[in-house]
Amino acid sequence: MTDDWRNGGFGLYLHWPFCQSKCPYCDFNSHVADRIDQKRWEAAYLSEIDRIGAETEGRVLSTVFFGGGTPSLMQGDLVHAILDRVRQTWTQSNDLEVTMEANPGSVEAGRFADYAAAGVNRVSIGFQALRDEDLRRLGRMHSVAEAGRALDVARKSFERISFDLIYARQDQGKEAWRTELMEALAMEPDHLSLYQLTIEDGTVFAERSRKGLLRGLPDEDLSVDLFELTQDLCEAAGLPAYEVSNHARPGQEARHNLIYWRLGDYAGIGPGAHGRLTLKGQRWATEAPRAPGAWLDQVERQAMGELAREPSSPEDHVTEYLLNALRLSEGAELSRFAALGGRPMREDRLASLVEGEFLIRVEDRIRTTRKGRMVLNAILRELLLD
Amino acid sequence: MTDLAHIRNFSIVAHIDHGKSTLADRLIQATGTVAQRDMKEQMLDSMDIERERGITIKANTVRLNYRAKDGQDYILNLIDTPGHVDFAYEVSRSMRAVEGSLLVVDASQGVEAQTLANVYQALDAGHDIVPVLNKIDLPAAEPERVRAQIEDVIGLDASDSVLISAKSGIGIPDVLEAIVTRLPAPKGDRDAPLKAMLVDSWYDAYLGVVVMIRVIDGVIKKGDRIRMMATNAAYGIDKLAVLRPQMVDIPELGPGEIGIFTASIKQVRDTRVGDTVTHERKPCDAPLPGFKPAQPVVFCGLFPVDANDFETLRDAIEKLALNDASFSTEMETSAALGFGFRCGFLGLLHLEVIRERLEREFDLDLITTAPSVVYHLHMKDGEVRDLHNPADMPDLTYVDHIEEPRIKATIMVPDEYLGDILKLCQDRRGIQQNLTYAGSRAMVEYDLPLNEVVFDFYDRLKSVTKGYASFDYTISEYREDFLVKMSILVNDEPVDALSMMVHRDRAEMRGRGMVEKLKELIPRHMFKIPIQAAIGGRVIARETLSAMRKDVTAKCYGGDATRKKKLLEKQKEGKKKMRQFGKVEIPQTAFINALKMDS
Repeated sequence: MTDDWRNGGFGLYLHWPFCQSKCPYCDFNSHVADRIDQKRWEAAYLSEIDRIGAETEGRVLSTVFFGGGTPSLMQGDLVHAILDRVRQTWTQSNDLEVTMEANPGSVEAGRFADYAAAGVNRVSIGFQALRDEDLRRLGRMHSVAEAGRALDVARKSFERISFDLIYARQDQGKEAWRTELMEALAMEPDHLSLYQLTIEDGTVFAERSRKGLLRGLPDEDLSVDLFELTQDLCEAAGLPAYEVSNHARPGQEARHNLIYWRLGDYAGIGPGAHGRLTLKGQRWATEAPRAPGAWLDQVERQAMGELAREPSSPEDHVTEYLLNALRLSEGAELSRFAALGGRPMREDRLASLVEGEFLIRVEDRIRTTRKGRMVLNAILRELLLD
Repeated sequence: MTDLAHIRNFSIVAHIDHGKSTLADRLIQATGTVAQRDMKEQMLDSMDIERERGITIKANTVRLNYRAKDGQDYILNLIDTPGHVDFAYEVSRSMRAVEGSLLVVDASQGVEAQTLANVYQALDAGHDIVPVLNKIDLPAAEPERVRAQIEDVIGLDASDSVLISAKSGIGIPDVLEAIVTRLPAPKGDRDAPLKAMLVDSWYDAYLGVVVMIRVIDGVIKKGDRIRMMATNAAYGIDKLAVLRPQMVDIPELGPGEIGIFTASIKQVRDTRVGDTVTHERKPCDAPLPGFKPAQPVVFCGLFPVDANDFETLRDAIEKLALNDASFSTEMETSAALGFGFRCGFLGLLHLEVIRERLEREFDLDLITTAPSVVYHLHMKDGEVRDLHNPADMPDLTYVDHIEEPRIKATIMVPDEYLGDILKLCQDRRGIQQNLTYAGSRAMVEYDLPLNEVVFDFYDRLKSVTKGYASFDYTISEYREDFLVKMSILVNDEPVDALSMMVHRDRAEMRGRGMVEKLKELIPRHMFKIPIQAAIGGRVIARETLSAMRKDVTAKCYGGDATRKKKLLEKQKEGKKKMRQFGKVEIPQTAFINALKMDS
């Protein structure tokens, strides 16, 4: 157990909880605020970096990720101060990946150069759709034209660029998605996150759906077809899926996210941020208070922005390992599963999933087939529930 | 002791909702038997279920003191009988304990099927009958029409019916006078050996088993040694009382009187309704005629939803059985539903009442399997076996033929629905016996198989007639028919809890219904699942549950893992409520819904 996290590496996640407006499909921890005292926030982030840094002394940091919310609302100075402190705190790997999520609005694009100067070297832009009407339906503030301009600006500042699209949207047929995705691929991104629209509890969409007002969502057959089409087009364009919803040119995978999926360690800083830290042989799940004000207060008063830590049990380990690793094309290792859980995977279940062509087993490794990947939750139930 | 001439024993015959319990309440009130402040509605119905459903399950009695217009004091004993066919035997015994009946008919609704069945029992028992038209103050009341109907359909002289409204208290004194003047006094010989009929018995937490009797001849006193003639058990009388309706001790009960005793009897099972009670030393020559032990006619399995509740269910069933000799149980195991009990009931209402009491009084969640009747299997070696559970059906090569119970059903219905009723009965393999009209209502009699009636017949009847039909039945005979066991296979595995006996001609339809229902109820799996109904090796209906094609979370990053893990833990809990059949998991709720009795 002690060194298991090294299989995944070590990263830092920073959560910026604010957005200009709340999107109707989004269930992330994001808030709309009029005025944000960036200096107060800076002090809090720096204090948390110091605290976690002391606990993880000696670790080599390989990634930093600014997520949100909309971290591209952060002022350049704030990002600069945070990354300076990160560099002072941890030894970094040679090719430290520093990603920032960004909205493709003009204001944000204006800050890209500052971020790059501060040390951000990868940007993940929330395009969401390449159709203005759909952007409106999704509650996005930007237009397709603005997004294009933001991409151009980003290209001048960052080495690596990814963007997100949401598909399986209302009234979206196969041909419409094919055209849209081809347009996206023509922009030559080296990384794409392509998510099927999911109606999450507690969102405006969920409320609309409950009232029967969210019409035109694809049925299961169409959503399977859309998924298949996505795999085919991306593979043909040289961006195969390396994870359920993520595609990259080989070598351009998001290394920070790979830490999650490979069950590495990551520190989570900021409101609602989760972390996983292995300390003295015990892995801990950390979680911060969700409300921005509560987090800020707690950091200021107690110099500690976390809720009570939960120790992870062997069962927690195998569950987290499988539910993450099987999302990846590379799959999971049976020996690591057994080492984490102190028990081997159930052979009978495994064999029937292989026989049903949901999983492929090659020596120590299992990975999903394309058919299996589409029913991953069912595979996990088979392998993890008695 | 009371002079026989000053006693009147009577019951009230009525259809549900025609006001029997309200009239009983009024009689209790008008004679000052219960102080006004202690009155509550349906005074005689002591179980919650009785009050809620407006039905009487146990016989109840009350002794009323009444000073008549002739200036004499009378004792009036009212036995409130169960009104439902399931308890027909109990009704017949109660009827034998009294000499007359009030026939209560709703003046706006008229005569219903159940009224008929009960009135015939009263006539069988040799009763004098006083027709009482209730609810005459309703705008829809048509006393003349209903009077004519009583004469046409029942053949009773209804010209001097008593007109009342039990709810508003109209006509109650007239009812009391009619009881005294128009019903006969009981007969009996005080000096003959004791002969009393056991009318009912129940368990009381403080007193133990309480036995209600009607004394025919002789006198019973506290301290007497008595013998029950059918069970041949002897006891000493500890307590003798009359019900007003609470117990009031009394030194003796003579001919014509109705009262209760206790005698350190442990179980209600030791007392049989219809048995004859006599003195141990100086017994009567012959018991009263007509005694028969209770015979369950409808069987079903009762299983706890949560397997951990099995012990609670066992205790609960034992407790109820102590107080209900007509309810039989034995342990049963099912691959689908685990440990439970196969229980026998007098009928569907009885089944439902017991199930409801188990759920309510013992806080149990139960799965009830499809109700089944008792089939007679005539084996090739000449043996005749009772089949209570389709799962016990032997190999057909050993069976010569199968007989099923038939009923004589009486249905009364406004004539606009007659066509629907005839079709329903025809679909259920009914044979029409009789069809008569009384005004705009038709009365139709059918010979029907009981197994078609236990399967959602009431429900269909109610829905095709918008609730306007009334229905009653008596079991008539066993008759041979082409009956088969239909099995249900899920992914080629038989599911025992879902097998049932059906008529060969109806098998396709029932099988189709079941597989279609199951297709909706079983969650999709990673593979496609055939769901089949089969007779022996032959598939008669088939549906295919298609494989799940997509179930994957689009986004899963740092914080999402915690959420997904919690979801899996929740599914782990849910999985405990699944039953495994080969590779297929079937949620218990699917069984509950597939087996739901639509009654």
